[in-house]
Amino acid sequence: MPEDAVNKTPDAMTDFEKIEGTIGENLIHNPKFSTRNVDVFYDEKQAIFNASLDIGHNEVIALIGPSGCGKSTYLRSLNRMNDTIPSCRVTGDLTLDGENIYSKKMDPVLLRARVGMVFQKPNPFPKSIYDNVAYGPRLHGLARNNAEMDEIVITSLQRAGLYEEVKDRLNEPGTGLSGGQQQRLCIARTIAVSPEVILMDEPASALDPIATAIIEELIDELRENYTIAIVTHSMQQAARVSQRTAYFHLGKLVEVGETNQIFTNPRHELTENYITGKFG
Amino acid sequence: MNDDHAPHISGHISKRFDSELEDIRNKVLSMGGLVETQVKDGIRALMTSDSAVAERVGNDDYKINAMEVEIDEECVQILARRQPAASDLRLLVAILKTITDLERIGDQAEKLGRFELELIDEGSSSKEFVKLEHLGELVSRMLNRALDAFARMDVDVALKTIKKDEKVDKEFESLMRQLITIMMEDPRTIKQALRVSWCARALERIGDHSINICEYVVYLVHGKDVRHIAYDDLKDQIRDIV
Repeated sequence: MPEDAVNKTPDAMTDFEKIEGTIGENLIHNPKFSTRNVDVFYDEKQAIFNASLDIGHNEVIALIGPSGCGKSTYLRSLNRMNDTIPSCRVTGDLTLDGENIYSKKMDPVLLRARVGMVFQKPNPFPKSIYDNVAYGPRLHGLARNNAEMDEIVITSLQRAGLYEEVKDRLNEPGTGLSGGQQQRLCIARTIAVSPEVILMDEPASALDPIATAIIEELIDELRENYTIAIVTHSMQQAARVSQRTAYFHLGKLVEVGETNQIFTNPRHELTENYITGKFG
Repeated sequence: MNDDHAPHISGHISKRFDSELEDIRNKVLSMGGLVETQVKDGIRALMTSDSAVAERVGNDDYKINAMEVEIDEECVQILARRQPAASDLRLLVAILKTITDLERIGDQAEKLGRFELELIDEGSSSKEFVKLEHLGELVSRMLNRALDAFARMDVDVALKTIKKDEKVDKEFESLMRQLITIMMEDPRTIKQALRVSWCARALERIGDHSINICEYVVYLVHGKDVRHIAYDDLKDQIRDIV
């Protein structure tokens, strides 16, 4: 056990000790993503403890848990976003379609084209709306001519539910859009490179209910072709969009199950307390 | 609470949510108390042929109906405003179903009063035909145990009460046989004997509704729907969960 865990308050300590392995169906047949015994450290501090979780094809999995539980850290380890943090170290087996994503042969840039990410805070490039979406397809040479690029940009904006609002100002800067529009622009940018997996870290936390509903509808549509892992603090959102739900607490994966089961009859006391909004 | 698995109503970060759930639960318990009184009075009317009691049972049913509407409304408000999940959601679903059964038990009690009153008006009484005491005792005890199981979220009590259904069925069948015999022996009694059989039927239904409430208690505590399952299978399933 890491040093900081020993220094935790007695209550938190009890919770930490209460979690012995993962309850529920964390492993599945023929997964898209497979992660086994994943530990993540920031320098000496351990953020994830021995998490094993499979993510299926065409499935939306919701990762939930209180702040600091490791769900975002886990999500970021799935497309090696943690590589950008020098102190961060990931161990364990993480495979995408059976390929080790942490092998030397794996190019992180190509991996991130296959495993796209939408962040909590919208982060459009300081470029035009059009160029924001066209950036990825250009980088990866996905369009042979301008007409094809137009098609990709428009389709991506449409699927992100943004096109109608921006079709007359595609050459204006993306940063001039409202927060909700910027987030949908970022989703359009992610979709534009046709990823296999989309990771979403609180994608709708800054959006109004209508924009949120549009994003959730989009997630449902995208599921037909992609695998989606979404970190969310909104219980209702997790319940609405996902087929499976994984609950993280204090860096451990506590429980995984069908979303229906997790929200009506969770098996672990800590899951129950979190979902019903109770003190631990 | 006797059961380790029983969910805790309190402990929410929102204290108001705690008190809303506690309040609604208390209302269900007082509705249960009211229903119990009605059933006891209904049975008393049968036993004593007391037309005043019989009439009161008939007149008081509106109180139960009003409570059902009130609790229903509060449940809908909590569902809309709190979006409860897990044990909170199961509690509200169990309450919504329980009050439906309580209201129907109230209707059966009202029938006991009404039929007895009609018999009295015709110069007769149920006592002249068969003894309904035993069935009455059985089902009022079942109702009492069901409400107790609900109040304490006690699955053991709920399961024991579900088991009692066999006894009720046997007693009901026996009463029906007796009544049929009476009707065959003297067809002039058919009109009254039918009323008595409806009373027996109402009592038997009270037992059935009490069992439904016990099944909701199992759902509330274990998240397992045990309706329409043979008793022995039911016990096995509960054992699997525990």
